Amino acid sequence: MKIKLWGVRGSIPTSSPETKHYGGNTSCAVVSEGDNLLVLDGGSGMQQISFGTPIVNKRVDILLTHLHLDHIQGLGFFKPFFDQNLEVHIWGPASNTQTLHSRLSRYLSPPLFPVMMRDLPCGLKFHEIENSEFKIGSFIIKSAYVIHPGPTVGYRIKGKNSIFTYIPDHEPALGREGMPKDNKWISGYDLVEDADLLFHDGQYTAAEYQNKKGWGHSSLDDALLLASKARVKHLLLAHHDPSHTDGQLNEMYTDLKRNYHYSFEYEMAVEGMEFELP
Amino acid sequence: MPAYEIEIILNRQLADCLSIPVFITDTLGNLIFYNEPAERIFGKRFEDTGEMPVEVWATIFKPLDELGAPIPPEELPLVRTLRNCYPYHKTFWIEGLQGKTEKISVTSYPIIGRAEKFLGAVAIFWKAKEE
Repeated sequence: MKIKLWGVRGSIPTSSPETKHYGGNTSCAVVSEGDNLLVLDGGSGMQQISFGTPIVNKRVDILLTHLHLDHIQGLGFFKPFFDQNLEVHIWGPASNTQTLHSRLSRYLSPPLFPVMMRDLPCGLKFHEIENSEFKIGSFIIKSAYVIHPGPTVGYRIKGKNSIFTYIPDHEPALGREGMPKDNKWISGYDLVEDADLLFHDGQYTAAEYQNKKGWGHSSLDDALLLASKARVKHLLLAHHDPSHTDGQLNEMYTDLKRNYHYSFEYEMAVEGMEFELP
Repeated sequence: MPAYEIEIILNRQLADCLSIPVFITDTLGNLIFYNEPAERIFGKRFEDTGEMPVEVWATIFKPLDELGAPIPPEELPLVRTLRNCYPYHKTFWIEGLQGKTEKISVTSYPIIGRAEKFLGAVAIFWKAKEE
């Protein structure tokens, strides 16, 4: 399984020399195995995606965690949408009030965007998911609602030999006493458990989080604690706050290394990073 | 055991922040959480008991009507919520662990998740308002 990160910034894209190293594009990643291609979220990083080789099976699957703007604003610039030979499947959390198609159309239509979804030349298919398990090619994917404002899911993607979990927006420590001690009371635990690689929200420092409770995001410390409790092998701390410069993120990482001595590998996610899981 | 669904988790987190007694059950009525104010009327600590099967915790309270006669389980708000997935409210007396009788009001509501799936129920115990 190959994974490439095309956007690791949270909330809004940044474009500044001070955020150049970690990158300013919002959530987007590509997962591939054999001929199967998954695109996770459609943040601004999506407009940069280049698959390198032709799409052999003529199909791309986009898995949206939720429909906040920083996770869909790249959709209108996703090249396969404009290729009539391709089939694009969009998976996203169900809502009780409107279909996925109708909610996405609110963004992909005038006056917010000049092209309407119905005018896209590709074959477009929508799939509404909840706490679901489904198969795409060789991938077995589990989705589950997680704590974040509005319907939001995380994804656990099982390839031939490894597991990648993607939860860019998540506040599992919401509550009076922070992260619950008992694992079965932790939002997203089943998605994260024993993952080989976890891409997880780590937007704030512990001090910042004190003033941001209920906003739907995690402190770096809570992301580490969750990964530790769930025996994750490698954690990528992501959804960097748009106000955090490269220098600040470096300092935050140094502080984590000084304060915590977890046995698993962890690092700050950087736009452009690539991973190959066995 | 798999983790609880977030609708249940969020109800617990809310209960944890309230000063009124709250009990949370699964769809079968097994007690899966009660908060600190509930511990005071229950006479037990969640830390100590953990989750409790319905047949164990349901016998701890003895619900009585205004004449002191036992109230059948099917008339209690939580039992009705578990059966019908609707909210209910009732004022009655309970004989607690210390043998003391107390007038209380109970409000119960079903937890129906995003997928419109019934996931459990919540019972809130209020000290009955004296008219």
